[in-house]
Amino acid sequence: MKTDILKKLVQNGAIWGFILLQLVFFELAGRYWAGSSTTFIDLDNLLLLLKQSAPIGIIAVGMTIVMVNGNIDLSVGAIYALCGIVLLDSLGWPMMEAMGDGAIPLAMLIALATGCVLGLINGLIVWKTGVDAFIVTLGAMLGYRGLVFMYNGEQPTSNLNWTMVDMAEWGIFGIQTPALVLLFVVLVVWLVMTRTVHGRNAYAIGDNREAAVNAGIRVGPHMLINFAVIGFLAALSAVVFYSGSGSVNPNDGMLFELWAITAVVLGGTKLTGGKGSIIGTLGGVIAIQLLRRGLNHIGADTETVNIVIGTILIVVLLLDRQLNRKASGELKV
Amino acid sequence: MADTAIKTFGGLLARQGILVAFILFMVGFTLWNPRFIDIDNVFGVIRSSAILGVMALGVTFVVIGGNLDLSVGSMLSFSAIVVLDLHENPAFGPALAIPAMFALTLCLGAINGFLVGYLRLNSLIVTLGMLSAIHGLTLTWSGGQNMDIADQGATWFGVFGRGTALGIPIPVLIFVALAAFLGILLAKTPFGRKVYAVGGNPTAATFSGIPRARVVFLTYLISAFCVAVAGLIQASRTMGAQNTVGQGLELEVLAAVILGGASLLGGSGTIFKTVIGVLILGFIQNGLLLAGLQFYVQFVVTWIIIILAVWLDIATKRGKLWSPIA
Repeated sequence: MKTDILKKLVQNGAIWGFILLQLVFFELAGRYWAGSSTTFIDLDNLLLLLKQSAPIGIIAVGMTIVMVNGNIDLSVGAIYALCGIVLLDSLGWPMMEAMGDGAIPLAMLIALATGCVLGLINGLIVWKTGVDAFIVTLGAMLGYRGLVFMYNGEQPTSNLNWTMVDMAEWGIFGIQTPALVLLFVVLVVWLVMTRTVHGRNAYAIGDNREAAVNAGIRVGPHMLINFAVIGFLAALSAVVFYSGSGSVNPNDGMLFELWAITAVVLGGTKLTGGKGSIIGTLGGVIAIQLLRRGLNHIGADTETVNIVIGTILIVVLLLDRQLNRKASGELKV
Repeated sequence: MADTAIKTFGGLLARQGILVAFILFMVGFTLWNPRFIDIDNVFGVIRSSAILGVMALGVTFVVIGGNLDLSVGSMLSFSAIVVLDLHENPAFGPALAIPAMFALTLCLGAINGFLVGYLRLNSLIVTLGMLSAIHGLTLTWSGGQNMDIADQGATWFGVFGRGTALGIPIPVLIFVALAAFLGILLAKTPFGRKVYAVGGNPTAATFSGIPRARVVFLTYLISAFCVAVAGLIQASRTMGAQNTVGQGLELEVLAAVILGGASLLGGSGTIFKTVIGVLILGFIQNGLLLAGLQFYVQFVVTWIIIILAVWLDIATKRGKLWSPIA
């Protein structure tokens, strides 16, 4: 009994322990090894870190619920870019320009709705055709990226609206809008996944689809909802980021899907579905961002970040396998 | 009589649907614009598909073995940067740079193969991690700079990407030769049978005495070898490379392999079908360009074609158009 609790603690708390370890390591290494004059564990620094985690973090939350369902979404980067373009471009429509700042919420709504629709298309195809989500969203990744280019050619889409910039940089207790949105999204989706029927069913479907079907759970609608949610969150991420930056490059968001998956896996979600937590994903997102800033803090080259993250991902997988080997009972060869 | 004819045609469509679609597509486009089937145009398409195609040949082995390889894109950047850098290094020169690059790229493939084959880790996450790590390695090697060959007239290095033999571009020859060799390896040798067995049913394969780990390891080595060949063509064609030259290619390669009909579950697919998949992507791109459309329209068309192709494949196997998901 006691070892069970301990094991659970190790599994759920591992990512937070890792974050703590990183904080201490970078603080000490920064002070004694790299001779940095600034402290790493500094409130402003950590708040900035949370803000920078927001774009990938919001998407990673969506990726978690799709992966809990046993699916995956590779098209989020393209959805992100497309919704960013829709947001900035719609502000320039004559009808919207006439509305002044009143057009901002409307433009945001249009962008969010676009994201929802793109997600719904993926979900509907997965549901109705039975083609694997990996293939469907791999195709959509290309297709949606094509739409991004068709919208405005290879030109960047720019529209810097100072009211929106102010909104993006608004903050309370030093926590700026992107970070607030990230925390809010984590809270809401965590509640949905742990306190509602939809959340429980999503876990059940990912864990054992046949058993879920036999228990009378309708698999399709739950998958559809989760794909719509990740589309919405990819759009939300774009709204949060591009309100501040004001310019979308057609190649923006490339590899976002892979970063999001990395964060989700670090947070303890299983690719096979049925297991995973939103809070863990938040930990994964923070851990990655911490690594980026930390390596920067101790003066390591930016390219080292990629090597370290790749290595950590594989080591985490290896450790996870060693810890859970008994449970999986797989054929040992 | 007519009934059996329809049945035969239906069976043909089910087994060789992608080939039939390819032929219909080619005939349709040729009727619309005869320039499409012009020999120069065909060579041009195959030449520009050669890099993607060579990579797809290797990934086909990995996918049939029941795994994924997402690291091929950043591995391509790595091999191109390394071969160019060593080429410029007086201690190496082109004759030594090429084998050195092959050795290093094969080492990366061996790491993939060791982790997935012998340690039995999930291939998607392992190769995702390797994608990131190899990208970092490439940046470290190049210091973030683009690589260029300074004196392009003084070297024979360009032959792999720019040369021709008997009027046929060298990249096309390499692609065809490698496809023939790997096609025979996969279809006609005991090793090829083992790859199918391991991908189709790993447990049964293990009980039949097939060394699963070694077979998976070798599929990753083949994949890395193909990437090295593709990197050589890429570097030689442009005589220079950016650190991100292969970025995003991993998923395009996978799209070509899937379009050819390989199942992501493993155990099915052939080299010939992958070549068809690569050619379809190449000719769609070319056809749309000839039609005066922008290059990015092909992404949307590819999306629709991939989903339709896989859907029809699944639908014929289960005998129902719509999925049984409740």
